[in-house]
Amino acid sequence: MAHTEWKDAPGLPDFSLLKRLARDQLIFLLEQLPGKKDLFIDADLMSPLDRIANVTILKFCLYTSSLKYTYFLFFFCRLCFLIRPRIQTVKWISDLVNADKVAGRFRRYKIIFTPQKFYACETVLEEQGVYGDVTTDEWNFYILPLDDDILSLELPEFFRDNFLEGDQRWVTTAGSALRLLQSVYGSFSKVYGIGRCAKMVYESWRELMEDGEQRTRQPEFAKVFLVDRDVDFVTPLCSQVVYEGLVDDLFRIKCGSVEFGPDVTSSDKSIKVMLNSQDKVFSEIRNEHFSNVFGFLSQKAKNLQTAYDKRRGMDIQQMKAFVADELKGLKQEHRLLSLHIGASESMMKKKTKQDFQELLKTEHSLLEGFEIRECITYIEEHINRQVSMIDSLRLLCLLSITENGLLSKDYRSLKAQYLQSYGIEHLLTFANLRQLGLLEEQQAGETLTVMESKVGKLVNDKTVGKLTDAFSSLAKKSNFRALSKRLALVPKSGEEYDLRVPRDMAYVFSGAYIPLSCKLIEQVLERDGWTGMEEVTRMLNGQEFAVTGGSSSSEARSKTDAQRIVLVMFLGGCTFSEISALRFLGKERGCRFIVVTTAITNSSRLLEALLDNSA
Amino acid sequence: FVAYRGQTELLGPLRKIELYEMGWNLKDGLRECLVAAAPYGGPIALLKGHYRRSPSARPQLEIYSSSGLPLASFPWKSGVVKQLGWTVSDDLLCVQEDGTVLVYDLWGGFKRHFSMGNEVSQSQVLETKIFHSPYGTGVAILTGALRFTLATNIDDIKLRRLPEVPGLQEAPSCWAVLTQDRQSKVLVANGSQLFILDNTACTPVTPPGLSPQASSIVHMCVSFSYKYLALLTDSGHVWMGTSNLKEKLSEVDTKIKTPPKQMAWCRRPKSQQPSAVVMWDGLLIVVGECKETIQYHLDDDSVLVPELDGVRIISGTHHELLQEVPGACEEIFKIASMAPGALLLEAHKEYEKESQKADEYLREIKEQSLLSEAVRQCVEAAGHEHEPETQKTLLRAASFGKCFLSNFPPEQFVSMCRDLRVLNAVRDYTVGIPLTHTQFKQMTVQVLIDRLVYRKLYPLAIEVCRYLKTPEYQGVSRVLKHWACYKVQQKEESDEVIAKAVSVKLADAAGISYSEIATKAYESGRTELAIKLLEFEPRSGEQVPLLLKMKKSPLALSKAIESGDTDLVYTVVMYLKNELNRGDFFMMLRNQPVALSLYKQFCKHQEQDTLKDLFNQDDDHEELGNFYVKASYKDQRLEARVALLQSAVDEYYKAKNDFSAKTTEDEMRLLRFQRKLEEEKDEQLVGFSLQDTMTTLLSVGLHKHAEQLYKDFRVPDKRFWWLKLKALAEKEDWEELEKFGKTKKSPIGYLPFVEVCIKHHNKYEAKKYVSKVTPEQKVKAHLAVGDMEGAAEAAIERRNESEISTVLSRCSATTDHLLMERLNRAKATAVKK
Repeated sequence: MAHTEWKDAPGLPDFSLLKRLARDQLIFLLEQLPGKKDLFIDADLMSPLDRIANVTILKFCLYTSSLKYTYFLFFFCRLCFLIRPRIQTVKWISDLVNADKVAGRFRRYKIIFTPQKFYACETVLEEQGVYGDVTTDEWNFYILPLDDDILSLELPEFFRDNFLEGDQRWVTTAGSALRLLQSVYGSFSKVYGIGRCAKMVYESWRELMEDGEQRTRQPEFAKVFLVDRDVDFVTPLCSQVVYEGLVDDLFRIKCGSVEFGPDVTSSDKSIKVMLNSQDKVFSEIRNEHFSNVFGFLSQKAKNLQTAYDKRRGMDIQQMKAFVADELKGLKQEHRLLSLHIGASESMMKKKTKQDFQELLKTEHSLLEGFEIRECITYIEEHINRQVSMIDSLRLLCLLSITENGLLSKDYRSLKAQYLQSYGIEHLLTFANLRQLGLLEEQQAGETLTVMESKVGKLVNDKTVGKLTDAFSSLAKKSNFRALSKRLALVPKSGEEYDLRVPRDMAYVFSGAYIPLSCKLIEQVLERDGWTGMEEVTRMLNGQEFAVTGGSSSSEARSKTDAQRIVLVMFLGGCTFSEISALRFLGKERGCRFIVVTTAITNSSRLLEALLDNSA
Repeated sequence: FVAYRGQTELLGPLRKIELYEMGWNLKDGLRECLVAAAPYGGPIALLKGHYRRSPSARPQLEIYSSSGLPLASFPWKSGVVKQLGWTVSDDLLCVQEDGTVLVYDLWGGFKRHFSMGNEVSQSQVLETKIFHSPYGTGVAILTGALRFTLATNIDDIKLRRLPEVPGLQEAPSCWAVLTQDRQSKVLVANGSQLFILDNTACTPVTPPGLSPQASSIVHMCVSFSYKYLALLTDSGHVWMGTSNLKEKLSEVDTKIKTPPKQMAWCRRPKSQQPSAVVMWDGLLIVVGECKETIQYHLDDDSVLVPELDGVRIISGTHHELLQEVPGACEEIFKIASMAPGALLLEAHKEYEKESQKADEYLREIKEQSLLSEAVRQCVEAAGHEHEPETQKTLLRAASFGKCFLSNFPPEQFVSMCRDLRVLNAVRDYTVGIPLTHTQFKQMTVQVLIDRLVYRKLYPLAIEVCRYLKTPEYQGVSRVLKHWACYKVQQKEESDEVIAKAVSVKLADAAGISYSEIATKAYESGRTELAIKLLEFEPRSGEQVPLLLKMKKSPLALSKAIESGDTDLVYTVVMYLKNELNRGDFFMMLRNQPVALSLYKQFCKHQEQDTLKDLFNQDDDHEELGNFYVKASYKDQRLEARVALLQSAVDEYYKAKNDFSAKTTEDEMRLLRFQRKLEEEKDEQLVGFSLQDTMTTLLSVGLHKHAEQLYKDFRVPDKRFWWLKLKALAEKEDWEELEKFGKTKKSPIGYLPFVEVCIKHHNKYEAKKYVSKVTPEQKVKAHLAVGDMEGAAEAAIERRNESEISTVLSRCSATTDHLLMERLNRAKATAVKK
């Protein structure tokens, strides 16, 4: 595929500022507790922290070693904990403080919660009787820029807490993140969104805006699109076939970097690589369909060889210049290239096998709604042979969503077989999946309305509306088939799809399916609102909104670059495939998308969050 | 030598401006009064009859504005007052003999009191000083035991007892509070010795160059900025220097040896000249750099109030400001001055007279290209003038000069016009805040607005905000909020009237927090009004804390939920948990699903049993079942596990979830089975899934038991076949495998057999099963064992184009040449068809 620079693409704002802000605040907070101290860092915060402040900076202001909090070693009499506001962690700290008290040790404790502290955590401190012994603070580290166009809140628990547990505490966090972006990069002219959570985030954001001073400045983004993960569960459940997505599926990208094992590096140790637009090789292949990557890499290798070959027949002077100017770049490129070739070889090994092809075929059939019986048989076999716990679950969910629930008979037999394979504790997993509407039994009656009216009697009218919302999101119908038809998500089968020259966003799934979330964004931006999509939004359970920003300078609505930058916020995580699809869309439309997500997700992460055997 | 008019009088390098003729009517002037006036043109407090000390007549405390308008007056009923003083936020402090400090507001309303500690109350207050620092208003006390106690900020009282002064036998001759190095210190003079007291030490110091004839320091004062210090000795010399005692600025002999009443610095910021004012009865002496002093007669008992840029002199009848003549004013008004500003002023005068001289003057300025300097001077001088007429003249001249400049930035002129308009408004007799422009800039508009609000001058404050275009959030809205807070305390009006009035006035103002107003209403005992006001609060989050305080918990809970802020919901839930009994608490949660789900979350981590109770109360058998299942695999003991699972089964049945119940029962059976086998065969089995159990059994050769499970648990045939196939191949038990293959027709077909054998590198065995494979899978089977001919045969037979192609792709051109030809031919025919 042609890899020319995007024509006419607007420049992106500089997000490194966000890193600097976070770093400065952290250092400030740490200096609040003077002297040498032990610092405990929540294991989940290690990688994000690594991205914004390296250990030398911490050492500089702390004289300390940074430890994961499971590692017990106390040198100093001052302890500082840098944690996510989770009840368990706080409880752990309280136990530690109490143990010290019993042992008669006197130490000073400071807890820094990031991105914010929650009342529940303080309650725990109070209940454990250590509230007075501990000082608390907040480190408002809301956003970690993973790449030029990916911002992450690094809150994987957002998905489970919000959609499964009905705990909306992260809503304000998301709102504050938007507020931060707005205060640093200017206000937005238009906000669209769909989903209950999106609506709440918008409300919280609006309130924050009203609270603070209005700063009018030239906005750096034009539009914001908020979308709930539960609007589109299909996309994250599909196998990813775009290079970056595949790397994530196979090797798990963590905070923008990945660890390639010995099979990739063809040496005996593994290498940690940053994957972002700084990596020249990667930036060219990240959005490519996997089948193209190998060809591209070999072409690249040839070019590299030619560049090396230039050396021959050079005189001393030229050689000197070559070594000085080019060699380093070439070496670097060489290193990266060999890594990516290694990675794709290892992928090839895993993915070109028969199994994977069949898996993909089944997925595509499910998306198309074609040969469902065969698919069920395949899934059954998949479960029976215990190929992979997560994959089986994924296929089951995909089947349920696309088919709008399973027939009672199938549901029971598949479930029973799954339990036989992986143990009865997955009964709870299935309860979770049903609650989210990921795996359901087709039901004849209108149980929902019955439940609603029953509850309705208990409470006053005002809250009934809210309740109904809550329930409709609990037990929602997927309507995938109808949506797919209306939005033309699945291209007509039979036509050849040339993956080298993608014609639409479907290329990220081998031409079999356009991600629903991205299609919605495309449609809404095209129509500048939700008009004409009433049918679609009804099927997605409504909750859509479009608001024109009050403070925006409408006279400056001219063709500035900023007007062509769209911020898309995924609440509950987004996949690399979606990001690739949006990049493609941006290229088509001459605009650019910036993705803000609560975390990068994929099918495994999504489903692992719903397993219930760990508790 | 200057062309000054009106109420301004010149005293050498100083000028004296009459600010007000006092509006009060004091019979005895300021005699026998304890007086305190707040800086920045703040209010004046008088304690009349203070020195009279007769038990029958109580002293009277009166508060006035700077122009002498009465603000409050009441008889003093508490103890003996040693000192009055004002805080930075215009609150009155009254320090009593016993060390208690009473705080009153501007209107004489009692706010609170605090004590300066036991030590002070025991040994009584001897002297006290109230001082201002960047940390707020502080109080310093010298006790009867000759020790100093200090509080740097009265809003956050931390008492500090300073170290003892060596050799101090009686009250020191004089002392003062300094702020240095972010610390408040006390400078004490004991005779001719000087000491600096800080937190830890008492350091003796000597001012450089203090004339030796003095045997005692009788008075001292520190400048407004704490940078300079003046000492008066018993020989009548005034020593002036920096307050760190490193540098001497000058020393002047006043030739008066009686101790003065008061001494103060009179110096504007950045000025080069030191000058202090010393006041005796009826006499005021200004000392400066030169040996000469300026003497000035006072008619009446007066008080000096040091300011940032001068000294105010308050007497029983007049209020005056004494300050150094500002540079710009001197340049312009000095007689025969040729400064550009003076010329410009002259030019404008001539212009108004329509005289051609105007042009001459202008030319003169322009030739030296000093016109912009001239305009600047005029604007600056206008700022320093108190008379509106003089201001106007100067500003007109500036504006006139501006016409001849092409790109002179207008901001300075415009903002000066605005500032002056505001200043003139607040200097007005009825308002009585005589701020200078320098002071105004230092105190900022925000503080000025606060002061206006504090004096309940709401309309003026709003006008000022609007006029200065203060952002609404900081300006108008803030004023309105204060107004509303004041309004809700007016007891005589009904709730409805006040609520309506407030909502009407505040309707379109941005950033109003109704909850703060409601809090005020609640604090003044008007709960109903508070609830009414809260209704106007658009952010439900703001309503919650107050509602909780007012014990309106159900309302608070629903508001918290409306706000969508989970943290807030938590707050309310936790509050309720402690407040209500368990039954009521659960009942309330039941009606609020959001709160309930949150509380469940909390219980999951903190109180498992509560969680169970919650489910029980809701008859949520499904969840209870799940709860027991979860509990079961936390328990290690088998009996407990089975018991818990049994509870789960019961709950599932109650929930009419037969499927889950059955599965759980199966699990119980499986557990028992595993246990039994474990005991018999010594294999680790408990806790495995069915599949894993069977795999383990097969792998150790317990086929019988595996078969039993297969039957008991109705395992699908396919699964079992797969399982057994894999397990046998794993053990490379090919014989058994062959037997197994023949037991009956394979439900999974025979291709898996082929593949599994190949996987274990046994081509020989694999071939055995190729023939059994269904025709559709024949090609694959042949290919799997590497039999190209067989594959080709099968493909050709089936005339399937894609299969033929698959085989072709696997052929290598060198060895299978013939085969390829055949295949190609067959393909051609297949395609034709």
